[in-house]
Amino acid sequence: MASTLTMAAALNAALRERLEADDKVLIMGMDVGKLGGVFRITDGLQKDFGEDRVIDAPLGESGIIGSAVGLAIRGYRPVCEIQFDGFVYPAFDQIVSQVAKIHNRSLGQVRMPITIRIPYGGGIGAVEHHSESPEAYFAHTAGLKVVTCSNPADAFSMLRQSIASDDPVVFFEPKRRYWGKGEVDVTGLLADAPQLHRARVVRSGADATLVAYGPMVATALQAAKAATEDGRDLEVIDLRSLSPIDTGTVVSSVQKTGRLVVVHEASVTLGMGAEIAARVQERAFYSLEAPVLRVGGFDTPYPASRVEEEWLPDVDRILDAVDRTFSF
Amino acid sequence: MTLHGHVPPEPDLVQLLTPEGVRVDHPDFPLEITDDEIKSLYRDLALVRRFDGEATALQRQGELGLWASCLGQEAAQVGAGRALRSQDMAFPTYREHGVAWCRDVDPVTLLGMFRGVSLGGWNPNENNFNLYTIVLGAQTLHAVGYAMGVARDGAVGTGEPERDTAVLTFFGDGASSQGDVNEAFIWAAAANLPVVFYCQNNQWAISEPVERQSRVPLFQRASGFGFPGIRIDGNDVLACLAVSRVALDEARSGQGPTLIEAFTYRMGAHTTSDDPTRYRLSEELETWKHRDPIERVRAYLIREAGVAQEFFDGIEAESEELAIRIRQACRALEDPSPLSVFDQVYVEITDELAEQRSDYADYLASFEGAGR
Ligand SMILES: Cc1ncc(C[n+]2csc(CCOP(=O)(O)OP(=O)(O)O)c2C)c(N)n1
Repeated sequence: MASTLTMAAALNAALRERLEADDKVLIMGMDVGKLGGVFRITDGLQKDFGEDRVIDAPLGESGIIGSAVGLAIRGYRPVCEIQFDGFVYPAFDQIVSQVAKIHNRSLGQVRMPITIRIPYGGGIGAVEHHSESPEAYFAHTAGLKVVTCSNPADAFSMLRQSIASDDPVVFFEPKRRYWGKGEVDVTGLLADAPQLHRARVVRSGADATLVAYGPMVATALQAAKAATEDGRDLEVIDLRSLSPIDTGTVVSSVQKTGRLVVVHEASVTLGMGAEIAARVQERAFYSLEAPVLRVGGFDTPYPASRVEEEWLPDVDRILDAVDRTFSF
Repeated sequence: MTLHGHVPPEPDLVQLLTPEGVRVDHPDFPLEITDDEIKSLYRDLALVRRFDGEATALQRQGELGLWASCLGQEAAQVGAGRALRSQDMAFPTYREHGVAWCRDVDPVTLLGMFRGVSLGGWNPNENNFNLYTIVLGAQTLHAVGYAMGVARDGAVGTGEPERDTAVLTFFGDGASSQGDVNEAFIWAAAANLPVVFYCQNNQWAISEPVERQSRVPLFQRASGFGFPGIRIDGNDVLACLAVSRVALDEARSGQGPTLIEAFTYRMGAHTTSDDPTRYRLSEELETWKHRDPIERVRAYLIREAGVAQEFFDGIEAESEELAIRIRQACRALEDPSPLSVFDQVYVEITDELAEQRSDYADYLASFEGAGR
């Protein structure tokens, strides 16, 4: 049964469904209880599932993730909320040195079915540390899976799948899209959802491929629409999974279009675009009509909010890159 | 008696001015202060409140992206701020507008950060007031490192009032749970550093009450780290001033760190984005209104010091002028230029970043005259 939900409500529904389905699931984070989280993603959950399962953590990110590791060793399935992207770093050590490695170090005898939810990205006029895109740090770390949703339906299915995953998943939520609405089948079976680590062609086109994820999928779709005025038919891929990457879907598209532009908010250098460009030139070198181009944040700190619109990729910058792939 | 059954005694709260505005003595913290000095503190408190209120209004009008109000915490901040000597260094969080005031940082500079035209922008060494730090607790370690530098420079325990230097760092009850804060305690204790940890326990960390963070009064944590801790009435500017002075003096003279817990209340929302009605009762706010930090000073000045109405009218007029200046100056703060994001990333810009900047300049220029 489909209903129209915001992404925030879809995430809330996914958490609710998992708390109901599996009594090992716990939610931990700052202000996730009575307040329902600063973005209200956990709204009402503590009231319905109790303070033992929806836990207002003392204010330490390292504590939240470190204790999730212990809970996982004890057989629990913690879902941790990091309040904002820029506040994940106090937990970075626990994530990359512990969460990512314990399954491997225990020779597979202990699993880390931890989900780390991180609202990320900019465009909301926030003060510093509230608009960053740190996904590449995590995608770079072996042992972690990293995904991000771009619409309410995916938010619902991908969060459920992430929580059900026996591997740790860093789940990036594009905060500027929290209030966008879409159709969500809230009664859909987990087993019927599209595979978590598959990309999706969200617009098919013949002339060039745009790869985007999270907040930039909507922007890429707008760019594709605008490009039709120039007579260009762009294919848009929502990557969805950042680790592992569904290289096959991207390569097939490039084999068809011959041109690729990767778009993300994160700074370009050593970002996801770099990895995708490398893979495409390895696997589809002879299909490429032009170098793979990247459109992303500049290699600077995320700027003050009054200039963030200039810093963030937008339709014009995407189209400019598309133009360049055609004038190569 | 079992260990877990042990209930620590209710902590003393150092108070020198009651909520009703009556001066009381404390055997350990006598305060020599003239009525003129108290009038001056009143002025600070009133102007800080006005500035803070103006900032909240500017946020409502869309001139600021966000504001973290210090409403209710003025005494905790002004008392500590006025205890500093000019050579001392302060490391604030994001809410110490009252301390910034005491350090002569222009309120408009602070607004720049909340308007989104800068990420800070002031020179920490100019007024000995560090940049605001939003990442909870990080600044406490910076204070420790600065204090290490002070100690290495021999600026502790010389007995020269102009030379001996203390470091004062702020953090909240919530932030006290961060690893950084606890590491700062350990480092400060290990090297007996001239640092005063000043925790404004405003009872709330966004929606989490202080009981989520600690089972003991926060000041008692200090003893486990090996230095003194004390709780003061954070709404009593005289207690805040007196105890901060002693702690800073002891730091300057080489006696090491102290933890001060200023027991206060966040009268407003966490920030302008927050809705406290979701998690706390209005009765609590009403109770704290009776302990207002400014009203008690006013009551004292009127009843005990016989200060005339003209004084208060004068402060009111000055507040109004300040508000007008801030409003105008805030609206006049210009947006940064798009290319400025490349500035000051490095001391020496790298070739590749310079290239990125010049490509972006060309890109921006390509729109000129294109009707955009
Ligand atoms: C490392 C980190 N995690 C989370 C946050 C988000 N955050 C901002 S303020 C705040 C509550 C802080 O409470 P407290 O330390 O008591 O200070 P107060 O805001 O009440 O002055 C939180 C969780 C942050 N700024 N930094």
